[in-house]
Amino acid sequence: MASETIEILDLAGINRALTRIAHEILEHNRGTENLVLIGIRTGGDYLAAELQKKIAEIEGVMVPLGTVDITMYRDDLGSRSNLSVGKTDIRFPLGEKQVVLVDDVLFTGRTIRAAMDALVDLGRPLNIQLAILIDRGHRELPIRPDYIGRNLPTSRNEQIEVEFDEQNIPTSVSLIK
Amino acid sequence: MDFKQKHILGIENLTAEELTFILDSAESFKEISTRNIKKVPTLRGKTIINLFFEASTRTRTSFEIAGKRLSADTVNISASGSSVVKGETLEDTAKNIEAMHPDIIVMRHNASGACQYLAERLDCSIINAGDGMHEHPSQALLDAFTIRQHKGKIAGLTVAIVGDITHSRVVRSNIYCLNKLGARVRIAGPGTMLPPGIDKLGCEVFNNLEDAIRDADVVMMLRIQRERQGATLIPSVREYSRFFGLNEAKLKLAKPDAIVMHPGPINRGVEMASSVVDGPQNVILDQVENGVAVRMALLYLVSGGDSLQND
Repeated sequence: MASETIEILDLAGINRALTRIAHEILEHNRGTENLVLIGIRTGGDYLAAELQKKIAEIEGVMVPLGTVDITMYRDDLGSRSNLSVGKTDIRFPLGEKQVVLVDDVLFTGRTIRAAMDALVDLGRPLNIQLAILIDRGHRELPIRPDYIGRNLPTSRNEQIEVEFDEQNIPTSVSLIK
Repeated sequence: MDFKQKHILGIENLTAEELTFILDSAESFKEISTRNIKKVPTLRGKTIINLFFEASTRTRTSFEIAGKRLSADTVNISASGSSVVKGETLEDTAKNIEAMHPDIIVMRHNASGACQYLAERLDCSIINAGDGMHEHPSQALLDAFTIRQHKGKIAGLTVAIVGDITHSRVVRSNIYCLNKLGARVRIAGPGTMLPPGIDKLGCEVFNNLEDAIRDADVVMMLRIQRERQGATLIPSVREYSRFFGLNEAKLKLAKPDAIVMHPGPINRGVEMASSVVDGPQNVILDQVENGVAVRMALLYLVSGGDSLQND
């Protein structure tokens, strides 16, 4: 069967979703005090950078931004063929911080589990919140996002693709059937 | 890229792409050693045996720390405290160790080819930590990593390696590695320590230190290997030091920003004057620091995936 691609969000749609998430983060955390953004490589790091810009536009504060690579924390080392391991880059202490973890698509929840393990190895945050552009369901772990761009029920064999341009700006989200 | 090596037996059978992939992976592992909690769960549940038939401080400690920072269980066996002294053969020792189901054996042995021999007979991954006068791949990789760290690149650089070339596995691995990554390699040493035909590996051969290090970007000094009869190949240590020892005056022949390297352990005052060892151009402790990151990358990469070729 030929695959079919349906665009779920375009540039403007993603922009609206991220603007709303930025407002929700600020509302929930009552401002930017002790707030930090950590993006999960790759994809989440670009979205976290976008959220940082939006928050700066709203509050005039550049909140600290970091990236986490979860390769070393994955639970499937024996069955992978791609062994590329990226860098975790968090240049500030996490202790007593309100951490918003950012990723593009939430699926089984295993990536988030690995990312949380990676973060607690670096310090003891006050709390960890989760912001996600697309929640496609099918959780295999008890993980729930705090901020959601779009809920998108999918079947397991469908794919979600988030595209970024050369400046790492998210341009579209598509469902591939 | 897909990294498909099950063993790391030498640099000779790795491609430039694989070497670069190992160095890039090591960049990511380096950060872990700077954390408060210097541990990631990557190799949790894996068993690594460090099987050392020759004395080693740096390499064995480095591999052990690398394994522990990846959460593997590491066990050290040294020849002096093992049944080898009671007359057991290498194969029997290894088969007995394998019966305890290790995932990786890191081995140093005084016979060239010993790691290849085990790799053909055992199911687990073998990493060569130095075999006789053959290869010492993790040393060459940490050297390449350190050069890249200080020079930003490897391709196009001139690297001079000076000392007992005949007995040095570090030289052989370095010649392979640096050539594959695009550097020019020069070697120099007393005639008795220059094996005939070494130029066929891809290096320029000099019989004096001055010509070899002139305008070099990297100067790598080697130790006289007293345990490998190195000392009988020269009239005296003092004479060797006069002709092939590196001091501040000779180092001025190299590029002003040249870095000085040594695989350790250093004999101060023999191959290198103390003023050079403690001087601003030396990167010897960076080599040691980077060794842990490079070995973490090797342990991680040979552990990955069912897709590894089984030869």
